[in-house]
Amino acid sequence: MSVVSPAPPLRLKESYLSVSFTIRSWLLSTDHKRIGILYLLSITALFLFGGAAAVAMRVELMTPQADVVRAEVYNRMFTVHGVIMVWFFLIPSIPAVLGNFLIPLMIGARDLAFPKLNLASWYVFMAGAAFTLWAIVRGGVDTGWTFYTPYSSTYSNSYVMLTATGIFITGFSSIFTGLNFIVTIHTMRAPGLQWFRLPLFVWSLYATSLILVLATPVLAISLGLIALERLFGFGIYDPNKGGDPLLFQHLFWFYSHPAVYIMILPGMGVVSETIACFSRKAVFGYKVVAMSSLAIAVLGFLVWGHHMFVSGQSTYAGLVFSLLSFLVAIPSAIKTFNWTATLYKGQITFATPMLYALGFIGLFTIGGLTGLVLASLAVDVHVHDTYFVVAHFHYIMVGGMVMAYLGGIHFWWPKMTGRMYPEGWARFSAILVFVGFNLTFFPQFLLGYLGMPRRYHTYPAEFQVLNVMSTAGASILGVGYLFPLTYLLWSLRYGPRAESNPWNATGLEWQTPSPPPTYNFKETPVVTEGPYHYETGE
Amino acid sequence: MDSHADHAVRRYFGIFAALLVLLVITVGAAYVHLGAANIVVALVIAVVKASLVAWVFMHLRSSTPIVILFALGGVFWLVILILLTAADFLAR
Ligand SMILES: [Cu+2]
Repeated sequence: MSVVSPAPPLRLKESYLSVSFTIRSWLLSTDHKRIGILYLLSITALFLFGGAAAVAMRVELMTPQADVVRAEVYNRMFTVHGVIMVWFFLIPSIPAVLGNFLIPLMIGARDLAFPKLNLASWYVFMAGAAFTLWAIVRGGVDTGWTFYTPYSSTYSNSYVMLTATGIFITGFSSIFTGLNFIVTIHTMRAPGLQWFRLPLFVWSLYATSLILVLATPVLAISLGLIALERLFGFGIYDPNKGGDPLLFQHLFWFYSHPAVYIMILPGMGVVSETIACFSRKAVFGYKVVAMSSLAIAVLGFLVWGHHMFVSGQSTYAGLVFSLLSFLVAIPSAIKTFNWTATLYKGQITFATPMLYALGFIGLFTIGGLTGLVLASLAVDVHVHDTYFVVAHFHYIMVGGMVMAYLGGIHFWWPKMTGRMYPEGWARFSAILVFVGFNLTFFPQFLLGYLGMPRRYHTYPAEFQVLNVMSTAGASILGVGYLFPLTYLLWSLRYGPRAESNPWNATGLEWQTPSPPPTYNFKETPVVTEGPYHYETGE
Repeated sequence: MDSHADHAVRRYFGIFAALLVLLVITVGAAYVHLGAANIVVALVIAVVKASLVAWVFMHLRSSTPIVILFALGGVFWLVILILLTAADFLAR
């Protein structure tokens, strides 16, 4: 996007980081950039916590017998891992950190439409996290992150209600963020910034926000109804009282399948930006890629029954959900093909964000195609509730979203902090993450196909080799995550200062100094062309 | 201005009264034995009440078309939820 007036050089004290250094100035800030940083710190801590639970599980699974924890403890560990990673890391990751930071910058606005609501969303998020952590400290939950009834509503003796309350509260922070983004993108675009001049990152977060606002209330309802049944004995899910246990799965997956797209769509947005920048080309089929985000958001609501093929759901409903699940693969495939076409004849440089983006494309493709395996009615009977599902899910969530998140953090790190990270270390860790990830999760596809069920702390001896491979991979992956944590912190003090546009990228966020001043732009930019004028612009 | 505010207040109380009347009808209808029609009557009254609240109390009547469109979108998504769940329940 071209800007009529180039950004004037910025005196450092004008940056949003140096307006004030007090803790109060951070905790009461309504600056979308500072709130993004607050989210970054919070979800990083929660990620380490959820990761520690995963490490403990992988240690237990090194041998077929139980040697580190009892079954009850293991149940609590995988529940903690799932709950923390889904609601307290993946859902807020790119939207609340990068989305918060970048949407106003990318659309040439001074802030989000509702800055106070934005700050409130962080406090609500932290309140929900505190509730959930409290439940974990008191003894944890053993239902799995899915809270299936009747176990969660009738039988479990763990802290179901406390954890569910934490998730319920956190849901409101999702809704606040989604609402804020929708209104901001509708009303705060810079002059000349028509819808089809928006960066694809903004399109993907617009689609994500629609899901956040439409799906999250249903999660609140499904958890609230568990509370009614557990605490007051209402017959919602318990068939003895006239309830229907499958109703919970319908309500839960009406939220949780679209939530998978909350977790992946923003990653697709990051990949679109980085692929364009490091191929020096406009994204192939821009409008189609933008529209495929919306298509995913809408179609993603029609497929939840694919989690219920072996639950006793009617076969006819299963058929419909299976067909619709195949349909939702189309917009995802469009994106993948269009990114590949963008690479074609591009001037590709393998900077760190690009390595993550390329890793995303490969791993997301594997995750997506195995999703089609799971969406096939008959095959699903064989692989349902096995490690095949675990592997598929992690290829999308870790291979896809976490890779995209790390890629995005690297890509916009100079903008966020005003410092460059050490490129050599960063490339090395990106490769380490890729290798460690595949070694962790590819064996799990095999384990699942051979019939190893998920959520057990023991297994038959013949599965040990693959499990040891997976644990070895997890250790490499863990190290791969600790490297960026270290060198990014290091760069805050010792990294070279970043220019306003270190990647020579298009996009309004690069037209203002790094780090940007509090209100982002000295003068409101005027936009006269589309977002990726790389071929003509360079 | 004063008469305008009065008018608004009167409308709010009018809607409030209408909601109370509908509540009485709901309770009354529960005592009349209509078989399967009982649930239909109760749901129709509930929809009317919800619409009144959204249209007047939540200011949809004086909102821009895009806000009304988003509100209708919410209703449409509720229809998706009920329709596809029913596709399972009714075909089991
Ligand atoms: Cu799903």
